[in-house]
Amino acid sequence: MTETATPDPGPGARLLALLRQAFPHAIAGAAEPIAGQAAAVVRREDLVAVMTWLRDDPRTMMAMLVDVTASDFAEFPPERRAAVTPLDVDNPAGWTHATLPRFEVVYHLLSLQWRHRLRVKVPLATDDLHVPTLCGLWIAANWGEREAWDMYGVVFDGHPELRRILLYDEFEGHPLRKDYPLRGYQPLVPMPELAHYTDHETWR
Amino acid sequence: MVITGNLYLDLVLMTLLKFAGFVLVFVMGVATVLTWLERKYSAVIQDRIGPNRANIGRFRLGGLFHMLADPIKMLTKEDFTPDTPNPWMFRLAPLLAFVPALVVFAVIPFGPGDNFQISNSELGILFIFAIASLNVYGSVMGAWASNNKWSLMGGLRISAQMISYEVAIGLALCGIFMIYGSVDLQEIVRNQGELLWGFVPAWGIFLQPVAFVLYLTCAIAENKRAPFDVAEAESELAAGYWTEYSSMAFALFALAEFIEIVLIGCVGATLFLGGWQIPGVTGTSPGIVVAQIAAFLAKTIFLIWLQMTIRWTLPRFRYDQVMRLGWRILLPASLVNLVVTGVVLALIDRSR
Amino acid sequence: MLPSATEAMRKLAEPAGDRMIINMGPSHPAMHGTVKMVLTLDGETVEDVDIHVGYLHRGFEKMSEQGTWQQVLPYTDRLNYVSPLINNVGYVGAIEALWGVEITPRCKYVRMIASELSRLTDHLTSIAAGALELGGFTPFLFGLEAREVLYTLVEELSGARLTTSYTRIGGLAADLPPDYEAHLRAALVKVDTLMVKVDKLLTKNRIFYDRMIATGVLSPEDAISSGCTGIMLRSAGVDWDLRKHEPYLAYDEVDFDVIVGATGDNYDRYLCRMEEIHQSVRIIDQCFKQMPDGPVNVADWRVSMPPKDKVYNSIEGMIAHFKLVTDGHQVPAGEAYYAVEGGNGELGFYILSAGVGRPWKVHVRAPCFYAMGILKKLICGHMLADIVPTFDTLNMIGGEVDR
Repeated sequence: MTETATPDPGPGARLLALLRQAFPHAIAGAAEPIAGQAAAVVRREDLVAVMTWLRDDPRTMMAMLVDVTASDFAEFPPERRAAVTPLDVDNPAGWTHATLPRFEVVYHLLSLQWRHRLRVKVPLATDDLHVPTLCGLWIAANWGEREAWDMYGVVFDGHPELRRILLYDEFEGHPLRKDYPLRGYQPLVPMPELAHYTDHETWR
Repeated sequence: MVITGNLYLDLVLMTLLKFAGFVLVFVMGVATVLTWLERKYSAVIQDRIGPNRANIGRFRLGGLFHMLADPIKMLTKEDFTPDTPNPWMFRLAPLLAFVPALVVFAVIPFGPGDNFQISNSELGILFIFAIASLNVYGSVMGAWASNNKWSLMGGLRISAQMISYEVAIGLALCGIFMIYGSVDLQEIVRNQGELLWGFVPAWGIFLQPVAFVLYLTCAIAENKRAPFDVAEAESELAAGYWTEYSSMAFALFALAEFIEIVLIGCVGATLFLGGWQIPGVTGTSPGIVVAQIAAFLAKTIFLIWLQMTIRWTLPRFRYDQVMRLGWRILLPASLVNLVVTGVVLALIDRSR
Repeated sequence: MLPSATEAMRKLAEPAGDRMIINMGPSHPAMHGTVKMVLTLDGETVEDVDIHVGYLHRGFEKMSEQGTWQQVLPYTDRLNYVSPLINNVGYVGAIEALWGVEITPRCKYVRMIASELSRLTDHLTSIAAGALELGGFTPFLFGLEAREVLYTLVEELSGARLTTSYTRIGGLAADLPPDYEAHLRAALVKVDTLMVKVDKLLTKNRIFYDRMIATGVLSPEDAISSGCTGIMLRSAGVDWDLRKHEPYLAYDEVDFDVIVGATGDNYDRYLCRMEEIHQSVRIIDQCFKQMPDGPVNVADWRVSMPPKDKVYNSIEGMIAHFKLVTDGHQVPAGEAYYAVEGGNGELGFYILSAGVGRPWKVHVRAPCFYAMGILKKLICGHMLADIVPTFDTLNMIGGEVDR
């Protein structure tokens, strides 16, 4: 890809080079599969440091968190995973495309000053769906992470109000997981028992 | 006028006759037509057709029968009472809004002489103030008794708003009393029959133009219509104090509003547009009297039209802006108007 | 543990001291779309608000994983149902970006015309509904009449007023109908006369001005940090428009201005919308002037549907059609994020393909969703009545937020 070393490799590749330079041990993989769409895979432990750097470094200035979502790769063809999740051969987490965990949390970042975008992906295992929250960095992380929790059940540690956002609180399961059944019923929700309304306490 | 010869019976009969002629036929008639006309006129402003579907047989008359269809619909709907600890208060509220609005017409002189005024009370305009301000009780009671938080907020807003504007409207009209030297409405109208400098009628609007603007503004605010409809602001408070009302109770509130439109027109015509006076026309022949009554009604209808145009042109104030307008602009303006009127009257008095 | 809706309802019924807790929505006249706000009021002042979205959630993203790529397209109409054409353009744009398909020049221009048409309807709706909620029924009807005029043009273009589904992967459902330019120009003149009336009724109206000015003020820092895009961001004084700064389609070939506000309040957002209407008209005008002739669909039958006469009269066409309809488009495995400037801001589609005929994941980055996240900050401390214009100029569209 970028090995053919043109003088200006484009904003995405420049950004990835910067990122690798700043965090030589944190980036598990980075690529620009489609022109202008840089993606980096980051371990969970390094997420907050990488994101803080991306936001504050004058060369990156990713002031806007555009989107937070997750993706479920259950039964995703392993041989095609490389097209989605770029990995270095000797990455610090020791992942291979065959052993990559099932879930990924995906962040989209945008720099209004430099006009470049970056997609940051954090692979997560099913039995340990925890990732540190980014609410302290961007306001947008609040609702974005709530949605990812709602849809995929990813727990964002330290989130101030991690509760369902699109679905109702009594909903069972996380519907965008691939193993969520397409047919079936949710349990009925009983009417909430209100305070003794007929007493008209407010009138006294 | 003698009908039976018995003094008291004559009095009762005459009152009933005047009541039927003026209040039932004119006021109620106009208020009912207004329910249709308001929609039709807004349609004209908004470049659409408006209600035109109701018909009797093949006759539609441009949808005029909507004013019949509406009461039928209202009467046949469920009269819902919410779960409230004060059901009787809830029932009483629409009546309290409706009755005072109707009572006020007792002192409006709709033609020359005592025969064309239901009760020639010397209190005149003071009576109007006293009764019209009762109106607020209907809204506030309805809001309170609805046991609904949105209604309650509407009630809070309406009570504050109506009390504030009551002050400004009273002070605005004081200038009229000073100029014409009376609170008797018939007397005020009679004094408006003169001509100033030979060609300008001595109407209130020419002698007290500021007071006219203040009166109209405050009166619309008293009637809680746009742009002062913060109490029933449908996009903020659902429907404010009448959220819980349905059926005829709701209709009474709505009708009270339309009656008040007529009332504002009548009082405005009486105080500012010379009442039944036609400039330059004097005399007591039946033809002239009929023309004068017609003139009064025409002036009233003109003011009604003005209110409707304002209603469909302006957006709504915010609650605090309404209060600010009332206390910081209208009230000082009416006070200044009062002082200036007093000074000018004193100067004229001295120069004589 | 976590506060739930049940908890919130219980809170409503409890006495709250001198604070009133009041439930605004989901069926409240001002909550267009369906949103619930549980307000804590101190008199008329909003002290705290808990915003509940999701009443219009219908599982768009889950549904998208079940059909073929093309079958997802009609769902996108329902995202921002006021400007469906932009959704169509964004969705197929994401697939084409992933696939590396270069669409024809004419197609780019037609898609731009469609996008701007939808942007007009979106802005008109926002302005008109805002006027209605401030009690101005007359400007509302003028605005909606203008929108209806444009919907008729959308209908002429796509066959439907709302559920357009106009774009196709690699092209469009159809080229512009005959005489479309003349019809559209006539309609735009009509829209302009109506908007002049709205402008006269609202812009310098003192009551309207007082209601809008200095309410819902959004600082540029908050706007950026909260992911606000589009009008919300521009009104706060940040010069950012995807059409200008990350040009897609052929937006770099047309000349238009990015409208930037100064204070980020409701009045600024209103003015930005009014002015963007003019800019959209400018873009449409230039599109018609610059639009080249030629096909609107790419020639590759693996990407775009073969024309009907080829389907019926040639074996290759029929097989290509059959494969596309039954197996779906064979989009290569990979992921792409493609953003267009929607009516309310950056409408992004993040798609994942497993290399089979249907999407592995379609995620919509809805502009209003993140704008709703900052709404709490905009209305707290202001009056109850200020929620109405703030909520309106934010222009939340339920279909897009709740998906």
